[in-house]
Amino acid sequence: MRIRLLAGLLALGLATACGGATVETAPSATAAEGSASAPAPAGTVKIAINPWVGYEASANVVAYLLRNELGYTVELPEIKEQLAWEGFETGDVDVIIENWGHPDLKKQFIEEKRTAVEAGSTGNKGVIGWYIPKWMADEYPDITDWRNLNKYAGLFKTSESGGKGQLLFGDPSYVSNEAALIKNLKLDFKIVTGGSEAALIKGAQQAQAQKKPLLFYFWDPHWLFSKTELVRVKLPEWTEGCDADPKKVACDYPEMDLDKIVSTKFAQTGGKAYELVKNFSWTNEDQNAVADDMTNGGMTGEEAAKKWVEANPAKWQAWIPR
Amino acid sequence: MSSTAVSTPRGLRVPRWVAPAGIAAGFAAAYLVFRGTGTLPHDSEAPQFAAVTELREWIDDHRNDNPVFLYFLNYVRLFVGGVYGAFHAALTALGWPGLIGVTGALAWLAGGRRIAAAAVAGFCSFGVLGLWESSVETLALVAAAVLLSLAIGVPLGVWAGLSRRVHRTVTPVLDVMQIMPTFAYLAPLALFFHIGAPAGTIATMIYAIPPAIRITALAIQQVSPTAVEASASLGATRAQTLVKVHLPLARSTMALAVNQTIMMALSMVVIANLINAPGLGSDIILGLSRAQVGIMLPAGVAIVVMAMLLDRMTVAVARRGPHSRIGRARLAGAGALAVAGVALGFALPREWPRALTVDLAAEINDAVLWAETSWYGVTTFVKDTTSYLLLNPLEGLFTSAPWWLVAAAVLLVAWRVSGVRPALTALGCLLAIALLGTWEHAMRTMTTVAVAVSVTLVVGLALGVAAARSARWSAVQRPVLDAAQTMPAFVYLLPALALFGTTRFTAIFASIVYAVPPVVRLVEEGIRNVPGPVVEAAVSAGSTPGQLLWKVQLPMARRAILLAANQGIVMTLAMVVVGGLVGAGALGYDVVLGFSQRTDFGMGFIAGVATVLLGVMLDRITQGADRRTSPHQRTVT
Repeated sequence: MRIRLLAGLLALGLATACGGATVETAPSATAAEGSASAPAPAGTVKIAINPWVGYEASANVVAYLLRNELGYTVELPEIKEQLAWEGFETGDVDVIIENWGHPDLKKQFIEEKRTAVEAGSTGNKGVIGWYIPKWMADEYPDITDWRNLNKYAGLFKTSESGGKGQLLFGDPSYVSNEAALIKNLKLDFKIVTGGSEAALIKGAQQAQAQKKPLLFYFWDPHWLFSKTELVRVKLPEWTEGCDADPKKVACDYPEMDLDKIVSTKFAQTGGKAYELVKNFSWTNEDQNAVADDMTNGGMTGEEAAKKWVEANPAKWQAWIPR
Repeated sequence: MSSTAVSTPRGLRVPRWVAPAGIAAGFAAAYLVFRGTGTLPHDSEAPQFAAVTELREWIDDHRNDNPVFLYFLNYVRLFVGGVYGAFHAALTALGWPGLIGVTGALAWLAGGRRIAAAAVAGFCSFGVLGLWESSVETLALVAAAVLLSLAIGVPLGVWAGLSRRVHRTVTPVLDVMQIMPTFAYLAPLALFFHIGAPAGTIATMIYAIPPAIRITALAIQQVSPTAVEASASLGATRAQTLVKVHLPLARSTMALAVNQTIMMALSMVVIANLINAPGLGSDIILGLSRAQVGIMLPAGVAIVVMAMLLDRMTVAVARRGPHSRIGRARLAGAGALAVAGVALGFALPREWPRALTVDLAAEINDAVLWAETSWYGVTTFVKDTTSYLLLNPLEGLFTSAPWWLVAAAVLLVAWRVSGVRPALTALGCLLAIALLGTWEHAMRTMTTVAVAVSVTLVVGLALGVAAARSARWSAVQRPVLDAAQTMPAFVYLLPALALFGTTRFTAIFASIVYAVPPVVRLVEEGIRNVPGPVVEAAVSAGSTPGQLLWKVQLPMARRAILLAANQGIVMTLAMVVVGGLVGAGALGYDVVLGFSQRTDFGMGFIAGVATVLLGVMLDRITQGADRRTSPHQRTVT
């Protein structure tokens, strides 16, 4: 009896072992397969949350529609930009709702590993740049040219910048050419990481209100531009291919067409949820309105999304798959 | 091992301070002459980093076709993921009323009505804070990690308890595991086990296993040899002796092992979120990356509540005598509670009712903003003074000194304090740091640690001395210290972040608050243990209290103070590295960056290794206290 049981177990073990375990093998793979062919309306969609409020605005609006119009369960796991791409493979992430370029990741995960696919533009135009508060541009008119930054480096010194000018950076996971730019343009500056979008916003607001010098990394679309006057510093103009080698970048950031990335599995089995994600497209103003409500209007992401959805039915009804 | 008091030959009559002062002067002169030469500036594109990044790319490409992954590592991942999934499914299936009821019942069985009431209230608070789901995820992760840690740790511990040779082999490994700052093992884990709940569980296990092994071994060793001999002489086999004598007698100490394992696991789950482990950690990291204390505080409170409840429950089990039986009334009460909970679980909605949650984020953020603006002057002054007067000059000193000078200094100090072998180990670690290309950042991290440790020691000595001299002060202080030591480490980041924003100083402040309690405790114990006759003799010889302290008590408590310094350093380093999340630069930030940017993975990985080396080095330098107790180990009474 015992031996037979053992033999059975062994055979079972061998059967599974022969296939080997890949990363995608989920613990409950067999249970999931039955339902995977025809996703029930009450499926689960995992939209990664990257750490800036514009992204959250888009994610929350899509999540709101998925929940209330299509009856999906939506999870919004907090995952940094690049880790989220890996999440496609492990099943931790279905959707990245606002992707900023990342040609290297696209090559690796879309072309080589085929764990992700593009799902079209979000309609948002994104551009990263270096900014200063407006009072500085008024006081030192030539400061907006990168060639003169070294002349003013002394103004930007802080206790953290080690005798050089401070360039305030955001979350460590953000898209960044800063180190290469400082090195290749021979700027007398040091990157100081504020650690978050909030640190950048607070810095910018204080700098303009109290007339303190500040040079910082920032991006558009952002609600802050309608509240605080900021001026972009001109770096050497972007040309096609000038940022191909991340170590040799010596030019400004390009204007990017922000897009959506989804896992291959979600594209194949996501049904209506995938359709909605693919159709989702709105303007920078739309996103700024929702982000502003979330940051300054004291609303949760869900409340802000609800407000926008109720005010703009014509826009989102076009996204709902029929 | 060896006491290393340096004694000058009697005939020469040279004052004792001359030799150290001379050496110090020599170092100062060498620094002035060679400053700026032989430095090893940081290069984020160092070939060492690139090599590891490439290795990672290779592993990523072959995760699904290399046999090591296909037939071993992925199975481990799958198995651990399955255990976590099972716990999560079970806890979710109970529903919130069921889980609250069952926990209450377990608490009742463990420690009686009071603890049961606390458990019910505590678990309700998770829901009220709006964190029910995250709390269940954290609980499932902790349960999975603790179960697996005990499954591995207890047998190993028993073995180590029975065999001296195993004990000798295991101890150094455990030492390193415990000195290793938690941050350091995340990158390798992500490499082998990818990201997500399984990797998070494994990370938590690595942190939680050492106390399980250590305390179990201790428990077995403590079993009275007479009992063992008696059993053997009655003809019991070794297995019988183990099962019938060792294990029952070691039971209550082994409950402490469970307790410690749970506590360790709880303090790790937050950091494990950096590799995407689910749970309360994600709320904390969310708050950190949004710089919103309002998001973090409720999650922090939930973890502290969870830690305190589990601590009370397991300690209650440990305290119960081996022969005590659970009364019938208690059994009935607990049963009723569990049944009521599960029954309600079927009747009530599956999700915690929204009407019963309190969202305090906005209020907390306002309070923090108020504190920030109204104390801005003071906090900025403290921060800037420390940075300009202490941090920056010291950092300048460490980074501009030639590497060989720093190495010589480390060798000499370690030799003087701890002896030859530790000194050589320390030197080896330092040279490895240099070879890895992380010299400059390691020096920066060391600066931060040095500043934090000196403040910790000053504060800890003052409080410890005060407690040793006044019983009343000690009584006031003790519960605060107890509470402080039950809290998971990162909780201290919250007030620091609220007060000082994201700077190096935030990490320093947090690590001071984190490391002071054990230092106070050790100093107090050290001074109290100075033999009474010695103190009396000094007093009768006419010493003033000040003289008594400086000439008798502190010198005689030297070993305890050294041990306090050692623990302080290890704890501070762990915290300073975590401080990479809140603005501390150097190694900790490199680790964070390694997770954030694929191209910097290698740098982050190596920074993790360098942190371990730095930890071992600092540990060896201050190892002078002969009897080593493990760092991090709390004194549970």
